[in-house]
Parts: sequence; structure tokens; C-alpha cells
Amino acid sequence: MARRPEHSAPPEIFYNDDEAKKYSTNTRIIEIQVEMAERALELLALPDDDEPRFILDIGCGSGLSGSVLDDSDHIWVGIDISKSMLDIAVEREVAGDLILGDMGEGMPFRPGTFDGAISISALQWLCNADKSYHNPHKRLLKFFTTLFSCLTRTARAVFQFYPENSDQIEMVTAQAMKAGFYGGLVVDFPNSAKAKKYYLVLMTGGAAELPKALGSPEEERRINYIKKRDACRDARGKAPKKSRDWILAKKERRRRQGLETRPDTKYTARKRSGRF
Amino acid sequence: MKLSTYNFLTSMAIKGVKVGYPLKLTINKKDVIESEFNPVFIERLLPKLDWSAVYSAAQVAELADDIPAAQPDNVAEDEQLLQRLHHLLFEIDVLEGQLECPETGRVFPITDGIPNMLLNEDEV
Repeated sequence: MARRPEHSAPPEIFYNDDEAKKYSTNTRIIEIQVEMAERALELLALPDDDEPRFILDIGCGSGLSGSVLDDSDHIWVGIDISKSMLDIAVEREVAGDLILGDMGEGMPFRPGTFDGAISISALQWLCNADKSYHNPHKRLLKFFTTLFSCLTRTARAVFQFYPENSDQIEMVTAQAMKAGFYGGLVVDFPNSAKAKKYYLVLMTGGAAELPKALGSPEEERRINYIKKRDACRDARGKAPKKSRDWILAKKERRRRQGLETRPDTKYTARKRSGRF
Repeated sequence: MKLSTYNFLTSMAIKGVKVGYPLKLTINKKDVIESEFNPVFIERLLPKLDWSAVYSAAQVAELADDIPAAQPDNVAEDEQLLQRLHHLLFEIDVLEGQLECPETGRVFPITDGIPNMLLNEDEV
């Protein structure tokens, strides 16, 4: 399994000048970060009235997610623990204001300051104890309670993060609920190893439905008898290899993973004519 | 650090601090970065602003003549005042200075325009 950065060093050490530089030069990192920030902003579900909002970016790093907020004309404030990353942000002349701070020590803002909060690939760092006096449960609770207070009562907070296992997901959501948030996990492309992304969507007030994940099966409740027929087919065994059914199943699987797949047509799995 | 951010920063995270607001601001070096005037956003921000902190920030930034000491009733209609507020809150960038907690006297330094709000082990 790939090494997780949280295991190698605390964030303020891991994101040193070399690592921070990658976030301004490596186009692949930039592309992924921006894509996730766009999705987080979409999940934030701000009212569609083109008014600028005041957004908090937790773990803003070099300000890549902030530039997505700029593009939608929102005003933002970023907080990060790594000075090297913030230096890159200053170099890039981002529009938002930057603060050096540790999310586990709480958000240093007055109550009701922000209209929303996003965080890209930062929350998993809180699940580790990097210093002897760190207690992940306590730090998470402190973070969520102070965040809850500094948001307005219609605001949402969206965290994209990389949980290591189900225990971490449980720990994070349990502390968020304890702090007064409600909401839950949205998993995009749940069937793909690479495109799978976890978003923790937390809400402070009002009753709203959890947004729908991308790439998840659309109709989970199909009509009964079709299910039965599927079960019968399964009982008979898988479709023979290279058959039309086998190819369709393979394509369906790719689609569930969010990969690019040609549409199914009458030509799918047809034999080529003798000319070839 | 822009003075709009200053208006929202507290030192509540320090153990034992009840309010931690307003922080005492000292400016050693500042810069003016022009930005687009956005009256809609300032109007949105108005109810959230703490006017006494706005005024004290104006005093430290030597702009006290522009900002009235008490919040006028109809700020949103006063275009000139909105522009002055925009200049004070969004165009003045504090590069070097410090923020001081009003209760404990703990100093948070501002370097390269970034306030350092990190705490020590015994303060959490």
C-alpha cells in the first residue's frame, strides 16, 4: 500500500519548501486539487444569487482551492499550519487573506463570521497524534465546536479528506455530531479505487437532504422481478467471456468507476466481417 | 493581513480566555493593495462588523478621520463611507506588526503579512 504522508511527519514539517513547491509547479497536483475544490464548492450549495460570500478555507495551503473561490467571486480567508505552503500562496499573490494556525487548536474567529467553509485534503491530518500532548478526539472536537460557532446558521462546511480506515470516518463524524453539526459522508465514484473521493458535508441549521454522490448506481430499488431474474442468471454463473453480456457488464463496471466508456449500441460486441 | 480579517480574529483558543476580543493591533509596516470596490459585499458584511474594532483599526492605520467613532444609522446609503470602509478593510495590508490578546497579553506576531496564531503546549 502507498505510504500515507500523515505517517511520515507532522504537517508543518511534511509540507516543507520542496513539498510546497510541487503545489505551484506540478500540473497534475494542481488539476486534482482544483477539481476537488470545485466539487466542494458545489456541495456547499450556496444560494444561486451571484452574491459574494465570506468563505473560510481550512488547510488552504498554496491557495489552489482559494483560486476556485475567487473564480466564483467569493471573498475568502485561508488558514494553514505550514509556513512554506503559505509562502507559496503569498508568492502566487492569492486574493484571500492568510493565517498561520493549527486547526486542532480551534478556529480563532468571532461567532457567525463565515457563510461557509471548505477544506481540501486536510482533515485526515487531525486523526494523528503528532505531539505527545495531542489527543485526536479532543482536537477534532475542539476544531468542530469552534468551527460551528464561527459559521452562520445556514452555512455548510465541506471537507474533502482521505480517511485511512472506517474507524477514522467514524471518529471524525462522531466528533462533528457532538459539536452540533449534522450531515454525513458523500462518497463520489464509490466503485473506483482512483476516482473515489470522500466528502464530509456538515450542516449547521435547517433541514436539507444530503447531496447525491457522483457515479453511484442511479436506481437502487429496481422492480423486484428483474432482481429475481438477475439472481437466476447469477446462479447459472457468469456470462461466457467475450460474449455480449460479458462486454456489457465490463462496460457497466467502468461506468460505475467513473471512467470514460463508449456508449452501448447495436454494434457493441458484434463480430467483425470477414474483410478484416 | 487585511483589516477585515482583523475585525473577526479572536484569541479565544488560548486556555482560560473568555472573550479574547478585540485584539490589540500594532502596525510596523503596511502596504496598500488596490482592489475592486464591492459595495454588495460590504453591505453583507456590515451587520457582522464590530464597529469599535473598525474604529480602533482605523486609528492604528492612521485613517481615523475617515471613519466615525460611532456607527452611523444608514451606512449602506452613504456611498462615500462605503468606499472609505472598503479602503480600510480590504486595501490596507498589514505586513509587519503584532496582535495582543486583551486578557493574557499573549503576542501573536505578524510577519510577511501572515499572522501567526499557533499556540504553545501550555496554552491549549
